[in-house]
Amino acid sequence: MSAATGEQKFRWVGTRPVRPDGHDKVTGRARYGADFSLPGMLCGRVLRSPHAHARILKIDTAEALALEGVHAVLTGDDLPDLTSSEESSSLSAASRNIMARDKVLYHGHAVAAVAASTPEVAREALALIRVEYEVLESVLGIEEALADGAPLLDEELRTKGEEDPKPSNVAAKVMFSNGDIEVGFALADEIVEREFTTQAVHQGYIEPHACLAQMGEDGKATLWVSSQGQFAIRSMTAGILGVELSHLRVIPAEIGGGVGGKTTVYLEPLAVALSRKSGRPVKMVMSREEVFRGSGPALGTRIKVKLGATREGRLVAAQALLHYEAGGFPGSSVQAGAMTIFSSYALEHLEITGYDVVVNKPKGAAYRAPGAPMAAFATESLMDELATRLEIDPVDFRLRNAAKEGVQSAFGPRFRRIGLVETLEAIQAHPHYRAPLKPNQGRGVAVGFWFNAGLQSSASVNVNEDGTVSVVSGSPDIGGSRASLAIMAAEELGIEYEAVDVTVADTASVGFNDVTGGSRVTFATGMAVIESAREVIQQLRERAASIWDVEVDQVVWQEGRACVPDSKEIESLDLKAIADQAGETGGPITGRHSLSARGVGMGFGAHICDVQVDPETGRVEVVRYTAVQDAGRAIHPSYVEGQMQGGVAQGIGWALNEEYIYNADGELQNPGFLDYRIPVASDLPMIDTVIVEVPNDGHPYGVRGVGEVPIVAPLPAVANAVCAATGVRFTDLPLSPPRVLKGIEDAETVS
Amino acid sequence: MRHIRATVDGEATEFLCDEGSTLLDALRDSLQKTGTKEGCGTGDCGACSVIFDGRLVCACLVLAAEAEGATVETVEGISKEGVLHPLQRHFLEDAALQCGICTPGFLVAAKNLLERNVDPSEEEVRFWLAGNLCRCTGYDKIIRAVLNTAAELRGESS
Amino acid sequence: MESNWDGSASPFQKERKLAHVTLPRSLSEKVEGELELEVDARNVRALIRALDLRFPGIGEILSGQTAVAIDGEILSEAGIEPLSAQSEVHFLPRVGGG
Ligand code: FES
Ligand code: FES
Repeated sequence: MSAATGEQKFRWVGTRPVRPDGHDKVTGRARYGADFSLPGMLCGRVLRSPHAHARILKIDTAEALALEGVHAVLTGDDLPDLTSSEESSSLSAASRNIMARDKVLYHGHAVAAVAASTPEVAREALALIRVEYEVLESVLGIEEALADGAPLLDEELRTKGEEDPKPSNVAAKVMFSNGDIEVGFALADEIVEREFTTQAVHQGYIEPHACLAQMGEDGKATLWVSSQGQFAIRSMTAGILGVELSHLRVIPAEIGGGVGGKTTVYLEPLAVALSRKSGRPVKMVMSREEVFRGSGPALGTRIKVKLGATREGRLVAAQALLHYEAGGFPGSSVQAGAMTIFSSYALEHLEITGYDVVVNKPKGAAYRAPGAPMAAFATESLMDELATRLEIDPVDFRLRNAAKEGVQSAFGPRFRRIGLVETLEAIQAHPHYRAPLKPNQGRGVAVGFWFNAGLQSSASVNVNEDGTVSVVSGSPDIGGSRASLAIMAAEELGIEYEAVDVTVADTASVGFNDVTGGSRVTFATGMAVIESAREVIQQLRERAASIWDVEVDQVVWQEGRACVPDSKEIESLDLKAIADQAGETGGPITGRHSLSARGVGMGFGAHICDVQVDPETGRVEVVRYTAVQDAGRAIHPSYVEGQMQGGVAQGIGWALNEEYIYNADGELQNPGFLDYRIPVASDLPMIDTVIVEVPNDGHPYGVRGVGEVPIVAPLPAVANAVCAATGVRFTDLPLSPPRVLKGIEDAETVS
Repeated sequence: MRHIRATVDGEATEFLCDEGSTLLDALRDSLQKTGTKEGCGTGDCGACSVIFDGRLVCACLVLAAEAEGATVETVEGISKEGVLHPLQRHFLEDAALQCGICTPGFLVAAKNLLERNVDPSEEEVRFWLAGNLCRCTGYDKIIRAVLNTAAELRGESS
Repeated sequence: MESNWDGSASPFQKERKLAHVTLPRSLSEKVEGELELEVDARNVRALIRALDLRFPGIGEILSGQTAVAIDGEILSEAGIEPLSAQSEVHFLPRVGGG
């Protein structure tokens, strides 16, 4: 693998061609999760718990089953009990999350499912299922969960990572430390310390979860589903139902947004189980309300941070205590929160402690850079405060302390080449940073960090008889990644971009691929495509050599043609000419590559946000926004910008509006887009983007993960801007009008 | 069951529907026109946007039975004889879609806007499209695609 | 290079491969506080085996629940990833992604 250099010359990389799947997506022809149907198909529906915390005493399904048109009813008793096997504790939790067994752990927890001839019959059948509950006191927040004598969600749960733990609602403890925190703070001239909170938010993908399942009498099943990974859906569904992987074929639909929330199963095992019971295809689609109540949001956090710096603006100590809600089952993103909270800075003395806390809310799922935005909100707010106290420009202050190559990260390893300094310099140089502000406006800056997952990918590159090329990948395309893969194949092969098409194949048609997540597809699946294309080139050279009867070594592949540079007589052959003779020279020309990706490149972004605050109503409007990010190498810059703009918009929603609102009984009060308000077009300005390219030398073209970094900085960038506009340091999100107004009024009363 | 006759995407169409079913159900389930999407079913996301007798509506809020005698235009009727409408082309060239689930609704809504006003300001576009949710793009490239299309339709090069 | 069948270093091996290993703080009790140690191993799997010999039970935790960073690069499936002399190895909690 060649080391990436800044001077690589490209024909397609860095250009902005139309995506291969574009036409289908602007004409309505592309098929998403809910767009499949089969003859005889039944409608599957889920009965959900009306209580946040209760013991299930009895479920009587007899009446529902007797209803005309009902073909199957499913409860927890129909699914294998996976609790005994230690290894599959996460699978067991997933199984109990998609169908409660002895206890319901949140309002909306599935307790039964039916398959019926029509949606109306299904709805009627759900009403006929009688569930007897013993309602238990619920635990709705971190405070309540940690309180002495708090009701326990799971009497067996003990804190992993704690010495001699007693049963509690704390599932795990993580710690990172370096140096000596006491010594560090003793060196500080300025110390700031605050506690921050954020509320549960949803990924908010526009397409609800949907699938169609069909199981035959031979026990083999096919599942059409929109997800971030058909292989992950296969392994979880098969694991939960006890089906062999080879008996379950998962066909990926187009996916209408995932943002982390479609990396796990909700409906899929139920649909397959209902199909098994009824002998008919079963389609299941969540309503929007079910998406909010029953899928996996990013839950609330409470984060306390203390930072110390010298008069000269050197950070000397940092301490954090993080509590993250996990929902009904263990597994919040606190680990990643702890790993990212101080990772933008070089720090000698630090101590980070994080706790994973179960509460009676839906089991959390990944949400774009899971755990990092909340952590950045805390640290970057305090960085801002320190800069103000030290009277140093906030970008300068960050530059003085920025992580760079060789610096030991807060989570342990030393950084390889990273581009934080470059992104900070870029925002400092940006005209936005010096643009004048109007009254009631304020400007904030913040940086964000996220990893880049490698994981496993497989791809193949097939040369067709006419010289066109079909790339097959197993990574669902959520934001234009087919275009990036096509660009990389065309680049390697030296052919026209238009000659390449990309298919996202089902689990029986391509080797294993991990989920589209962790910003990994263009990076890792892209690497599999590049290697496959290189294998194709090797074969093309061999074929040309055999056509010409020369040694393979004499043949080179350049600009899409095989040629023998030393020979005047031999006329070069293009891909089409070689493909044409493939049959006679050894058969079809195909390259294939599978890998556990190496060489991940970590990503940083730096953002500038201007807000306008209405002092009468407390309403905050983002009036200008600039995001800078190190992409390593932007394969298709439009889709890199798109990731940045989309992440920023989500972050702004998180900062200003979005939150799950519960009543005292733990019922979600706003399970719809009317009351859970995500940003609309009229809420936002254009989002300016600057792509910085500090190549990742672990990737042939220098690619880094791009998709997640952009959501990390907006929370603090917005909050810092609001602080600049109002003089009030807000520590609790979202910055909704009542909260901002109260903050302003409280500050006025004090002064 | 009701028997409905309507013109959908330029074709005379008949379908059966229940009293309570929506135009969105009829389009997607009875007519297999799945290009029109359901994001919420409550009129809050615009993924189901269609033009109903010249008016932009959420198909999930219209009863299927109301379509008797009506003219309905969906995303599937926007391109003509295999040629993309300039809006569709600009959505592709300007990368105005990522996952694409919101795209049918945005195309229908934006087309309706440009038929009324071929020279909208950025603010007018943003407010017209405020009923269509997109979670992927941050709207930036969508707004640009609509403005670029408007410029093209006015005969200005974009 | 001579080495034993399981990848651990043979006593005859000329060049010693002492990797510098850092374990997560959460394992402190299990390793009697020895969170930083030098281990002689050819690859990650051998390293985990060596640690398990010293601190029985730790192997399962390390291979099951953690990611590995070698010289700053985080690897999710690191089993046979070779270690060179002076490799800096960190065992970390696994992070997913969205
Ligand atoms: S589905 Fe009609 S507005 Fe959302
Ligand atoms: S492109 Fe995904 S919701 Fe708009």
